[in-house]
Amino acid sequence: MDILQDTAAALGKRIKAGEVTAVEACEAVLERIRQRDQELNCYITVDEEGALARAEEVQRQLEAGRLTGPLAGVPVAIKDNMNTKGMETTCASRILKGFVPSFTAEAVGNLEKAGAVIIGKTNMDEFAMGSTTETSYFGPVKNPWNTAHVPGGSSGGSAAAVAAGECFYALGSDTGGSIRQPASFCGVVGMKPTYGAVSRYGLIAYGSSLDQIGPLSKDVTDCAMILEAIVSHDKKDSTSVALTETDYTSALTDDVRGLRIGIPKDYFGEGLDPLVKASVLQAVELLAKRGAVVEEFELSLVQYAIPAYYVIACAEASSNLERFDGVKYGYRAKGAEDLHQMYKRTRSEGFGREVRRRIMLGSFVLSSGYYDAYYLKALRTKALIRQAFDRAFAKYDVIIGPAAPTTAPKLGESLEDPIQMYLGDIYTVSVNLAGLPGICVPCGKDHRGLPIGMQIIGDCFEEKKLIRTAYTYECAAKEGGSHE
Amino acid sequence: MANSISEETMEYVGILAKLELSGEEKEQARKDMERMLEYIDQLNELDTSGVEPMSHISPLHNVFREDQVTNGDDRDAILSNAPEARDGSFVVPRTVE
Repeated sequence: MDILQDTAAALGKRIKAGEVTAVEACEAVLERIRQRDQELNCYITVDEEGALARAEEVQRQLEAGRLTGPLAGVPVAIKDNMNTKGMETTCASRILKGFVPSFTAEAVGNLEKAGAVIIGKTNMDEFAMGSTTETSYFGPVKNPWNTAHVPGGSSGGSAAAVAAGECFYALGSDTGGSIRQPASFCGVVGMKPTYGAVSRYGLIAYGSSLDQIGPLSKDVTDCAMILEAIVSHDKKDSTSVALTETDYTSALTDDVRGLRIGIPKDYFGEGLDPLVKASVLQAVELLAKRGAVVEEFELSLVQYAIPAYYVIACAEASSNLERFDGVKYGYRAKGAEDLHQMYKRTRSEGFGREVRRRIMLGSFVLSSGYYDAYYLKALRTKALIRQAFDRAFAKYDVIIGPAAPTTAPKLGESLEDPIQMYLGDIYTVSVNLAGLPGICVPCGKDHRGLPIGMQIIGDCFEEKKLIRTAYTYECAAKEGGSHE
Repeated sequence: MANSISEETMEYVGILAKLELSGEEKEQARKDMERMLEYIDQLNELDTSGVEPMSHISPLHNVFREDQVTNGDDRDAILSNAPEARDGSFVVPRTVE
């Protein structure tokens, strides 16, 4: 009986039934980490002792009937940009090395209330800036399907850990595709919820108007269950929205009859790997056979999403990352003679190249004389992109396309040409600009055995439609055996 | 090149960003930025006259709450992360003569 084959839902059930203990589950995951993480590098911190102690505590509470939720006792990994009280939180940056938060992010706290056992903190692109998890100060993560390839990013450690059985599920964050794209590359399910659905309190900010925490999981059922646990209205995050219909698991129905699916032609044009295209369209075909109404349409403005995104994200990052100045936490450069020099040296030595690049660009587009031409122009473009989605959702329940134009590239091939790397975000960034929810589900593999993901996009707070569509596809693929 | 960034502008952006780049790095950063701006300039193909800049997607208004202290005194825990602390305060290099 291999515990690690279980989904989070299956394990949770077995723990509740007394067939497996939370401690056994925790030990199984830790053993897998010992076997594989030397090579994969999914984790920055593994809290072996703390996790086992917590598993014992959860087991006691389960037996006493104080914990009854479906995730109680299930081991989880948390992306290292979410604060965890008493557990080092680095954002994969030298500048935060050694930082031990005095509080816990709201979404993580929600999981703890549900009885989750936190195994550790996952590797990521430094400050979530990157698409490959190669900009981490702690070295790159490798794709469990083929270790010569990247896992995607920035939540690459979370996605790879789920795929490798180094946890049962994970939390990631998504600013321009950072949950959906690594989910696609690692063959797992990843969801970016609607902006405002999950509290950002305790998430170390990159682009505050775009950031959103979400689940990475083995299947759609787990995704719905995790989402149900982390969504909450939080007074500590003023952009958090009070939602009533958060019983996401009720949407796990194998039924898309009459569902209107829009296929944006501009998501299937030049630059898309033909194998990815074929896989996604085949998946859509399965949904059509299940009774969905599929239609092609022109979304428009797709090529403008990336430049608008980089202006807005970098502008917000340059402001958000001002707090890392060598005074309150983390790294401080030695030998500075005055305060200003200390700031400059600390930041120049503490931030990696991609982070410095984005802070510089963000400072530039916000500076007087350029603010209107770049920053306001990008915000106007964002408004147009949102309008394009509004028009689409007047006609369709969901929009389906690929999550990334290719499967996972090889390690070391992406960072040399930043614009080329940014282009890989073409199908994901507009979802963040418009604040929409998006889910990525595995829908095939390429000739090298690397996973392909299908992205389903919905209107704001229509997560249930995404879950229903993704779940139906999952059922159809299992039946048809066309998944592989 | 459409976007050539002067030495002075780079210097100014460095001050805003509080980053101190070495000579070689500065040159690379300048080239990177010129390329990025050139790429970003394609936004100018779009007619956005009359379009309101959209800073936030949700129609949020100010969210008010009572100004009451709800958290405890975390001073020691917070200071324990400081590179240098003394007598309940952060220590920084001299700022006034």
